[in-house]
Amino acid sequence: MFGLNKKDTSLLLVVAALTLFAPFILNPFPTDSGLAQFNAGYPDLMQRFVIFGIFAVGFNILFGLTGYLSFGHAAFLGVGSYSAVWMFKLLSMNVIPAIILSVIVAGLFALLIGFVSLRRSGIYFSILTLAFAQMSFNLAYSVLTPITNGETGLQLTLDDPRILGVSATADGSIPVTSLFGLEMRSTYEMAVGGWNFQFSAGYYLCAIIMLVSFYIAVRIFRSPFGLMLRAVKCNQNRMRYTGLNTRPYTLAAFVISGMYAGLAGGLMASMDPLAGAERMQWTASGEVVLMTILGGAGTLIGPVLGAGFIKYFENIFSKINDNVLHQWFSWLPDGIEDFVVFIIHPFIGKGWHLTLGILFMLVVIYLPGGLVEGGQRISRLFKKNKSSDDGAAAKTTPAE
Amino acid sequence: MSKMDVTRRGVLKTGAVAGGGLMLPTYLRAAGHEGFTNAPTGSTVTLGFNVPQTGPYADEGADELRAYELAVEHLNGGGDGGMLPTFSSKALEGNGILGKKVEYVTGDTQTKSDAARASAKSMIEKDGAVMITGGSSSGVAIAVQGLCQEAGVIFMAGLTHSNDTTGKDKKANGFRHFFNGYMSGAALAPVLADVYGNDRKAYHLTADYTWGWTQQESIAAATEALGWETVNNVLTPLAATDFSSYIAPVLNSGADVLVLNHYGGNMVNSLTNAVQFGLRDKTINNKNFEIVVPLFSRLMARGAGENIKGILGSTNWHWSLQDEGSKAFVKSFGTKYGFPPSQAAHTCYVQTILYADAVARAGSFNPCAVAEALEGFEFDGLGNGPTLYRAEDHQCFKDVLVVRGKENPTSEFDLLEVVQVTPRAQVEYAPDHPMFAGGALGTCNPGA
Repeated sequence: MFGLNKKDTSLLLVVAALTLFAPFILNPFPTDSGLAQFNAGYPDLMQRFVIFGIFAVGFNILFGLTGYLSFGHAAFLGVGSYSAVWMFKLLSMNVIPAIILSVIVAGLFALLIGFVSLRRSGIYFSILTLAFAQMSFNLAYSVLTPITNGETGLQLTLDDPRILGVSATADGSIPVTSLFGLEMRSTYEMAVGGWNFQFSAGYYLCAIIMLVSFYIAVRIFRSPFGLMLRAVKCNQNRMRYTGLNTRPYTLAAFVISGMYAGLAGGLMASMDPLAGAERMQWTASGEVVLMTILGGAGTLIGPVLGAGFIKYFENIFSKINDNVLHQWFSWLPDGIEDFVVFIIHPFIGKGWHLTLGILFMLVVIYLPGGLVEGGQRISRLFKKNKSSDDGAAAKTTPAE
Repeated sequence: MSKMDVTRRGVLKTGAVAGGGLMLPTYLRAAGHEGFTNAPTGSTVTLGFNVPQTGPYADEGADELRAYELAVEHLNGGGDGGMLPTFSSKALEGNGILGKKVEYVTGDTQTKSDAARASAKSMIEKDGAVMITGGSSSGVAIAVQGLCQEAGVIFMAGLTHSNDTTGKDKKANGFRHFFNGYMSGAALAPVLADVYGNDRKAYHLTADYTWGWTQQESIAAATEALGWETVNNVLTPLAATDFSSYIAPVLNSGADVLVLNHYGGNMVNSLTNAVQFGLRDKTINNKNFEIVVPLFSRLMARGAGENIKGILGSTNWHWSLQDEGSKAFVKSFGTKYGFPPSQAAHTCYVQTILYADAVARAGSFNPCAVAEALEGFEFDGLGNGPTLYRAEDHQCFKDVLVVRGKENPTSEFDLLEVVQVTPRAQVEYAPDHPMFAGGALGTCNPGA
């Protein structure tokens, strides 16, 4: 289907099912239960899951295929966000032109940075991209304040021109982002028993765009172009000796992954029309590297899983406070309760980085292939059991 | 074949979900009936406390959180009631808000606009918070205020001192109790002129974001009006931790006053650097070199230690004030935590009480009703004397304190002495003052 082989088609369908049913999957606990703390099925976080999924999938096209480790991808995300917000300020609140512009601008920016950085490979390439990203961050943070509004972040105001839309709505507030009238923030809530599922228009737009970009990524992975990129990762020197110029290929991969990042940035701004300079900071670039490695570099679904994993920790674990802990462990005797809370305290709330760091270490040490490898190991375990069952059955049927 | 399997399952799933969705009683937004976002339906109401737990303002954030917890306790009738008995409005009865028990959720703003908005969004979308409060940075406060306006909940700003919060970025759903850069300038400049003379050359180091810009503008304007000259203004990144490279040029600039438009950890570091460079022992233009920190807090004074002695600044509130409200608040905060509250804790506590009181007086959690109850509200007994919540820009007007780092502190908390209580009339300004112009409140948004 769609020009994919059987395995990839089922992978795409699995991803599609996961994203489309995310409001259910991520909301496993009833709203009133104590475990509702772990529910992640609210629009903002779901949007983040898929947007950072796009970001990581794009990053993986560069890192997973060519092995070029860029430490400056957040710059493209930031550029995308700024372009999108400017589109909202100047043109209209429709998200389509904003997203298109953010992809184009990020692509051009990536062409520029890639042209310079790709002259070197390995660690030198990483340092060059890091330098460019840090430069863009500082530009956005202070030098280009008229364009980026510095630390405060670029925001919409009531006196923006918005030539194809309105500066202010009839009741005097800033219009909201929309897709031809469908407001991105509009949410349909469905109460089933104790559960409350939220279906947000913004999330589904992001999810569909994510599926399309995932599909494109699959096609790139399976194409001759993708094979060429893998060859670059394998042995670039040998390719050069055979008379092949690898630069156009790596540059194309760099620009494509930059455009993915720009798309993610544009979508972020479309869901929440604000662009802050910290989106371009090196920590943000490092985050996407973490996502990709955590999920499994070079695999198709890995980066998406990694993105979800990290965003989940950032948003769910950071919100657990001592109060919540005391509620959970209130059944323990007083002294022990305080002790347990004291032990867990450093790992929750502002300590979520610590928890994530430990998990990241465990994954890298025991599952070098990331979460995908973990999944493969589990499925192999099941398959082994299954095949021994099959083995008994196979004897009765003649083999081909 | 397996391909077909998956599709069929997908089709079945979709069908089942669509069918289920149609059959089950569904409705748009639980709050839809009430006509505003996150209307509390049960016996509880949830407030969102969004404070920096990491980053340069983490100390302030921790103290704000303590104050919020104390306020919730008092609203629910626990503790000694704090400032509730001294508050001029008696609408609150200590049984929660409108009989609903107050619960809260917390989040970390990381002093970053993006993270703060994500945190506030999750409070609104996931936890059903009907009011968001907090923030210890104007950039964050403005970003979250914008979000609350869009989402249709009330934003009670915490520690934010930029003119823009109630100036060009003001919003109908946002309210600020804290004072601002203009008020600091208006209160501080006459004292500076008295103590240091009218003929001074000032060098500004300014945190590079909305608060720094507007405070620098305010201080420069106020001091220049009294005869000072502004030699230079250098912007420093908010994330900076070492300011030595910014201090060295001060010596060669011919300036004899250094104005540090820094707050929190920034100010602690820049002041320490400045003192280490021996600035305070220098004599320039036959005048002793002086350092001014326009926005002061006790937490910063503690961080800066010895270096703070004799330095002038302004503050919103100080625990040594002797009015009934302040005494009651210091007492109940001290009983609970063992040390006196900071100005950040005070403003956050007061904002929570003011919100609860406005809901009680309006008889509804509807943001528009609450906003109407707060607009033009005059109150007393919350530590700052008679105060007005001005309707035109949602800014509180009250007395401003000019303080100085104490030379001989009697305890680790007794670090500031109040030099002057500047009366409210001296720090008032017109809503369309040039430093505040360019924005509009818009109309109140009750959300869905």
